[in-house]
Amino acid sequence: MKKEYTITVYTENQVGLLTRLAILFSRRKINIDSLNTSPSEVPGIHRFTIVINESEDTVRKLARQMEKQVEVLRAFYNAGDEIVWQELALYKVPTDEIAEKVQVERLLREFGARAVVIRKDYTVFETTGHREETDRLIRVLEPYGLIEFVRSARVAIIKASKGFHEQLTDFQQVNSRQSTVDSQ
Amino acid sequence: MHDKSPMPASAVSPTSDGNAVVTTAWPETTGAQALMQALIAEGVTTFFGYPGGAIMPIYDALFDFGDELQHVLVRHEQGAIHAAQGFARASGKTGVVFATSGPGATNLVTGLADALIDSTPLVCITGQVFAHLLGTDAFQETDVINITMPVTKWNCQVTDASELPEAIAKAFYIAASGRPGPVLVDITKNAQLQLFRCPPYQPCTYIRSYRPKPIVRESYIAEAAALINQAEKPFILFGQGVLLGNAEAEFRAFVEKSGIPAAWTLLGLSALPTDHPLNVGMLGMHGNYGPNVLTNSCDVLIAVGMRFDDRVTGRLDKYARQAKVIHLDIDPAEIDKNVKATVPVWGDCKETLPLLTKAIKQKTHPEWLELFRHHTREELETVIEPEMNPMDGPITMAEVIQILNELTQGDAVIVTDVGQHQMVASRYTAFKQTRSNITSGGLGTMGFALPAAIGAKFGAPHRTVVCIAGDGGFQMTLQELGVIQQSGLEVKILVLNNRFLGMVRQWQELFNDRRYSSVDIISPDFPLLASAYGIPGSCVEQREHLHDALVTMMETPGAYLLEVKTGKENNVFPMVPQGCSVSEIRLK
Repeated sequence: MKKEYTITVYTENQVGLLTRLAILFSRRKINIDSLNTSPSEVPGIHRFTIVINESEDTVRKLARQMEKQVEVLRAFYNAGDEIVWQELALYKVPTDEIAEKVQVERLLREFGARAVVIRKDYTVFETTGHREETDRLIRVLEPYGLIEFVRSARVAIIKASKGFHEQLTDFQQVNSRQSTVDSQ
Repeated sequence: MHDKSPMPASAVSPTSDGNAVVTTAWPETTGAQALMQALIAEGVTTFFGYPGGAIMPIYDALFDFGDELQHVLVRHEQGAIHAAQGFARASGKTGVVFATSGPGATNLVTGLADALIDSTPLVCITGQVFAHLLGTDAFQETDVINITMPVTKWNCQVTDASELPEAIAKAFYIAASGRPGPVLVDITKNAQLQLFRCPPYQPCTYIRSYRPKPIVRESYIAEAAALINQAEKPFILFGQGVLLGNAEAEFRAFVEKSGIPAAWTLLGLSALPTDHPLNVGMLGMHGNYGPNVLTNSCDVLIAVGMRFDDRVTGRLDKYARQAKVIHLDIDPAEIDKNVKATVPVWGDCKETLPLLTKAIKQKTHPEWLELFRHHTREELETVIEPEMNPMDGPITMAEVIQILNELTQGDAVIVTDVGQHQMVASRYTAFKQTRSNITSGGLGTMGFALPAAIGAKFGAPHRTVVCIAGDGGFQMTLQELGVIQQSGLEVKILVLNNRFLGMVRQWQELFNDRRYSSVDIISPDFPLLASAYGIPGSCVEQREHLHDALVTMMETPGAYLLEVKTGKENNVFPMVPQGCSVSEIRLK
């Protein structure tokens, strides 16, 4: 059964690695719903956050194939309830419409949004939250002439994770560098 | 002449942590010279390639290293990479390839894909346009890194000579360690020409993010041993992992102590002598009857260094559902990929097999083994005997192989192409020595055999090398006859000519209602073609001349091409039709 999984990949910072990872999805004809690259808590170690909709069996195989890449340290996959996640969205709307027809205050409070820029011709709101929340604000703003909308990739923290410092120490110990994948 | 003598020891000042620091006393070399020194330091002696514009500085440097490095000039870059594969498979060393940018590099792609799927260690060096021209559609520029990414274990581009020694060291380490595979290093022309102070070569032995071998877990060994000890109908499947791990002796000890019948995948062939009493034959689509049928009767299936390819398993949802599966593999991504493992024994089988052997009881399984023998007798009667000893009609491929066995005594390196002859040769060739069967398994690359046989002869110069190809595959890379001519190489070439693209024809006969679409192939006069390359040869069509013709091939000094005209519409049986279960194998 397909469901949404968030894959967290710890990697070296290497040109071309994004393609190497992307190939693993595209060869199975899997669409990536969201992809974010970011530094991690460990200096020099990068972190990819990838969201896909697939069966657990496929996601597990993908994670193993990612870990097989020379520059990948670990790949974890988690269902929605195992992570804390956020996406950021920006909405550009005509200022007069908003000022006249919508109670801006109510909007900001209800959606936890904030105005990033207010100009005569347009206002840009920002909100962060889950997909449903940012989607809901689109629907609210659409009647008032939503000019532009954009949503960021997902960033996620694994609830059960103790971070990567310890794992990296393990990787760096010559004696234990043969240890592997406990993600069984 | 360039100075290629080793650097004086005084040139290196080791610090307390053992790392060398740059001193001005390090000799100034070009990137290209540094590459030569790196190859020598990695123990490379022979490699295969083809020059061109963007790799000229490397070939210029090579000019001064003729004593240490033997470069084999091929006729097409695909020939170079298949030769390097043959070299690697025969010798156990890493194969090395040189090619220029653009078409030179793209011509390597088939070989890279082949080497990746068949886990062959290769280091491919490609020239690239000057770094400042990257991305400008310069002459012979292609994005080799991105083109080859899905077909390499690792690749990287070097745009500055100072990055080169480390890149080469990593390349050799990654190619040969863990589950081996092909690696490509793309070097821009400016980096080849660039002068830099080159530190003494440091081989790579560790990469932080790379774990070549999973740790061996005692608990899995114990669980696996317990399953094996209580099994009544255990069955071993072995693949190329045994050869790649140099674990033939360990594997044999395991088989003999456990007394378990063992069957091989196409690439596992020759890891255990074919006449070993517990060797019950070949798995898969054209494998032997017993191993296929009994896969669905065994209670414990022990897979050693194999990946449950679909050609081995047939229909997965009807594959060994009754069995507990013990899977030994060095690549964690193979565990549970196709067949769910009851006990995953992660690790290098060179380490895991002895642990397992120690933990199991000495046993025999006479009744179970008798079942295999029973099926063998049935196959012998229905398929093997008529194929090996036909009374009349055209020559069969199996009888050619049988005579070859008699002449080689099972000691030759047999390099096969892809198709019917490959299946027949695999089924019937006798092997006494390991690393004797070289074929394109996973990718099924027609045209593999001739260049791979050339490479195999360079990799195992003291062994007899026989290239067996069909009339179709041979014509895909026949230009490499030029290498045999130029090198004076002793490669025996056996072209089994059925005047059809036989395997496709067989499928069209069986599944497409004999609609023979584009499989009728006209070939040149093969012995005449060989003679154009200065290679003696002959053609045989009559059974009474076959034995003598093969003797002549083997006894003529140097290379020889023997064309054997075999039955046009002979089929390879048994066969597990695609989409069927292994127990639905057809004997005719």
